Amino acid sequence: MDILIAAILTIITAATPLLFAALGELVTEKSGVLNLGVEGMMIMGAIIGFVAVHHTGSASVAIIASMVAGAFMASIFAILVLKFHARQVPTGLALTIFGLGLSALIGQSMIGVAYTGIPKIAIPGLASIPVIGNILFNQDGLVYLSILMVIVVYWFMNKTRAGLILRAVGDSHDAAHAMGYSVVKIRFMAILFGGAMAGVGGAYLSLAYSPLWVEGMTAGRGWIALALVVFASWKVGRVLLGAYLFGGITILQLHAQALGIGIPSQVMSMLPYLATILVLVFISRDKTKIKLNSPASLGKPFHESR
Amino acid sequence: MIKKIISSVAIATCLTVAGIASAETKVGFVYVGPIGDHGWSYQHNQSRLALEKALDVKTSYVESVPEGADAERVIRQLAADGNDVIFTTSFGYMNPTNKVAKKFPKVKFEHATGYKRGNNVSTYSARFYEGRAVLGAIAGKMTKTNTIGYIASFPIPEVIRGINAMTLAARKVNPDVKVKVVGVNTWFDPGKEGDAAKALIDQGADVITQHTDSPAPLQVAEKRGVYGFGQASNMKAFAPKAQLTAIVNNWDKYYIKQVKAAQDGSWASTDTWDGIKAGMVTMAPYADAVPQDVRDYADSVKASIVDGSFHPFQGPIKNQKGEVVVKEGETIPDGDLAKMGWYVEGVDGTIPK
Repeated sequence: MDILIAAILTIITAATPLLFAALGELVTEKSGVLNLGVEGMMIMGAIIGFVAVHHTGSASVAIIASMVAGAFMASIFAILVLKFHARQVPTGLALTIFGLGLSALIGQSMIGVAYTGIPKIAIPGLASIPVIGNILFNQDGLVYLSILMVIVVYWFMNKTRAGLILRAVGDSHDAAHAMGYSVVKIRFMAILFGGAMAGVGGAYLSLAYSPLWVEGMTAGRGWIALALVVFASWKVGRVLLGAYLFGGITILQLHAQALGIGIPSQVMSMLPYLATILVLVFISRDKTKIKLNSPASLGKPFHESR
Repeated sequence: MIKKIISSVAIATCLTVAGIASAETKVGFVYVGPIGDHGWSYQHNQSRLALEKALDVKTSYVESVPEGADAERVIRQLAADGNDVIFTTSFGYMNPTNKVAKKFPKVKFEHATGYKRGNNVSTYSARFYEGRAVLGAIAGKMTKTNTIGYIASFPIPEVIRGINAMTLAARKVNPDVKVKVVGVNTWFDPGKEGDAAKALIDQGADVITQHTDSPAPLQVAEKRGVYGFGQASNMKAFAPKAQLTAIVNNWDKYYIKQVKAAQDGSWASTDTWDGIKAGMVTMAPYADAVPQDVRDYADSVKASIVDGSFHPFQGPIKNQKGEVVVKEGETIPDGDLAKMGWYVEGVDGTIPK
């Protein structure tokens, strides 16, 4: 039982950065923009968050700084894509490469610097419930925030007029434009939100998950977040499921190895990818529903003049 | 004394003349990771800086070069740029290095951890397993749960050798020790390395060690109140209490020696596999948590490796089935160590076939 609880606690930390980044990308993609720069925005969030906590000592300042850093990176992408009509795919790739390089440059003086990690917040009363209290109500602030953001994004997308407009822009920018909505402005906001979320996802890595700075520490998580959005067919609940499934199997396979189960470690390392894709593809195998959910204008450039 | 001064003046003049005539020696480095990884590539870069300080050379490096086709392009570029010596510092650069070396016969190539040599290609590596044996001796004495956690990267001989050396040394002082191995299939992913550490600690390991490059597992050890060891560089800053000691790679002497040889024309293709004795493998200072008797014992293991009275792979050695595979008085030869593909008794885990 203790091992199970311990495993679940580790799963939560493994899933949280993916959840943040994927939620942000979901909103961006729902507005019709494909930003492949998640990895670059995440790592910038990681380094700026780490620099901020190193200089100010405040986790809250660091988290806000990481959001700003992610949003700043996203704004570069947004200006190139929305104003100068650059192609989204290469621009996003360039953003990733730029972010990895810039973060390495900024982080030069942070190599070898230690940080104890952001504090856990135990919710009074609830945290002392046996078993689930420790799992659900004794986490760091970012874990609570990630779950809160799931609810906020779900509510925004499905229950608000603004969410409806955002989806309309993503489905048919020409129609939305004709209706009088500013496609560029709405997409700009969506891209910034995506950047801020990727930034805080990155900060989770450098402030809580493994509180240190090393170059390239996101290690491909931005790409996994991107894949999660697609395999979750742009549904908030499924992004949550996908992130926890991926994190869960990653951790369980490590436990299985430590228990001495004789399956090759390469196969074990493959499992999270395989299982997540299989499950998400299986639950969203209805073609019409995928079509309904996927933003029809995704990746297409928008020219106001047309 | 006067002779010495005269000769050094003469050498200095020669060097200056040579310097004017053919410009200074150019040395290129290829790294597999970023120099900020605080591990493998970081240490190679530290030694590059030491080389620059020690000799009159101009160095350049390319970091984060993937092992494969890209590597060949980078190595060729360095050769074409007029580098006199090129160090390619990862196993996967073996074929690209040898390919490029054939096209640039005047350039000296130095390939780390490989086994293919040529007229102008040397190989070099360190006997890290000697350091692992010291870690094992400490771990065996420090563990209370008799469970040591080992975070492995890939099931290759280099990693397997380390696991075996540590297990043998730990079981020598504590026959009840079990070594649990978890493979993460990456050299570098702080998050996943930390997760593996958590899984091992959750399953009872109270001393962990790693053959991956980031300090994340040590941080986990610090937080959970167990012990660990630094890898490739001294990681004490990340785990002041938990890091008992660290294996620190030190290429300074080798790089200086080889470049000097290239400068004076005595360079020849060789294979170097040095360990603690030559100073290629060094150990970080012990943490406060290591009691005096354990320090003394670890020091004696180190000393016996240096004076040759002890070899980490001397018999009797049993395999996982409990069969004696190396008899008393025998030692596993270097050739077999280089392609080691089996675990010794006491390792809890299987090698993928």
